[in-house]
Amino acid sequence: MSKIIVVTSGKGGVGKTTTSAAVATGLAHRGHKTAVIDFDIGLRNLDLVMGCERRVVYDFVNVIRGEARLNQALIKDKRIDNLYILPASQTRDKDALTREGVQAVLEELDRQGFEFVVCDSPAGIEHGALMALYFADEAFVVTNPEVSSVRDSDRILGILQSRSRRAEEGDEPVREHLIVTRYEPARVHKGDMLSVDDILDILAIPLLGVVPECKSVLQASNAGVPVVLDEVGRAGQAYKDIVGRYLGENIPHRFMQPEKKPLLKRLFG
Amino acid sequence: MRWLNYFRSSNKRSAQTAKERLQVIIAHERQGAGAPDYLPRLQREILEVVRRYAEVSENDVKVEVEREDGYEVLALSVALPEERPHAVR
Repeated sequence: MSKIIVVTSGKGGVGKTTTSAAVATGLAHRGHKTAVIDFDIGLRNLDLVMGCERRVVYDFVNVIRGEARLNQALIKDKRIDNLYILPASQTRDKDALTREGVQAVLEELDRQGFEFVVCDSPAGIEHGALMALYFADEAFVVTNPEVSSVRDSDRILGILQSRSRRAEEGDEPVREHLIVTRYEPARVHKGDMLSVDDILDILAIPLLGVVPECKSVLQASNAGVPVVLDEVGRAGQAYKDIVGRYLGENIPHRFMQPEKKPLLKRLFG
Repeated sequence: MRWLNYFRSSNKRSAQTAKERLQVIIAHERQGAGAPDYLPRLQREILEVVRRYAEVSENDVKVEVEREDGYEVLALSVALPEERPHAVR
């Protein structure tokens, strides 16, 4: 069976789409056949972040309504083998996403031998977000070190534990993983930002990785290149670690301490 | 591979790339905004009808809504296959 990963957060703007694109690309880069699905019906953006916005012909809702076959809607990534994108539709009819329809698409992906399906959830706790998490085996909860984000993540964890398929059917619960994004160790050090430990204390789920605040995230989305393909920037490295750790490798956490500034910068900066 | 070098080189600034990408996609989407949702289904059903008479593939049927001075035109175009000349008349 393909593993279904939902990337979720409750709050908007914390990096769900960036994370979905990076994780899916990272998994495919490691040779795993991976699909990434945009569940943000009416406000699709995964296509822009993945750089395939001009190749969208059919979308998720077209497939669910039987207006197109899955293979017509799946966009094969031009850079990475094994990577496919299923864009959201721009229709305003959010109820177009039915549970049966989503299930049928996931089953078809499974039949086609996809090992991982990454579901990029919309913000909020409305229909689209519930559909994105319903079938999940794993949840990557994306959180910023901000009070509002941490609280919303806690809400989402509650929903995962009560309203996912696994919860409803009494199966083994969805496996939860925390990804902290936009982390600034220097500000944490000064006491101006929640630390990873603070967040872990509150949310009490295992840490998958910390993505530091990094210029390359904006540059990557500007260019439509998933940031994990950036081998120089720290965010790209952090996502690479996250994928490795998720696949079971023992990779120590990084980017949690302030960078040592060179002496001159420390004196004059 | 060009994308590999993207982050390293002193390429065109990424903001410029972002702006160009947005202009293209937003212009395209504004054109389609307000177009009825039934277009894909219409396209499929037209295809079914045409197929009763000729071999055409999905890509041979195009359905577009064009706007001109306050009224909308639904434009259908079907590319028919080339007819083979009949051997016997």
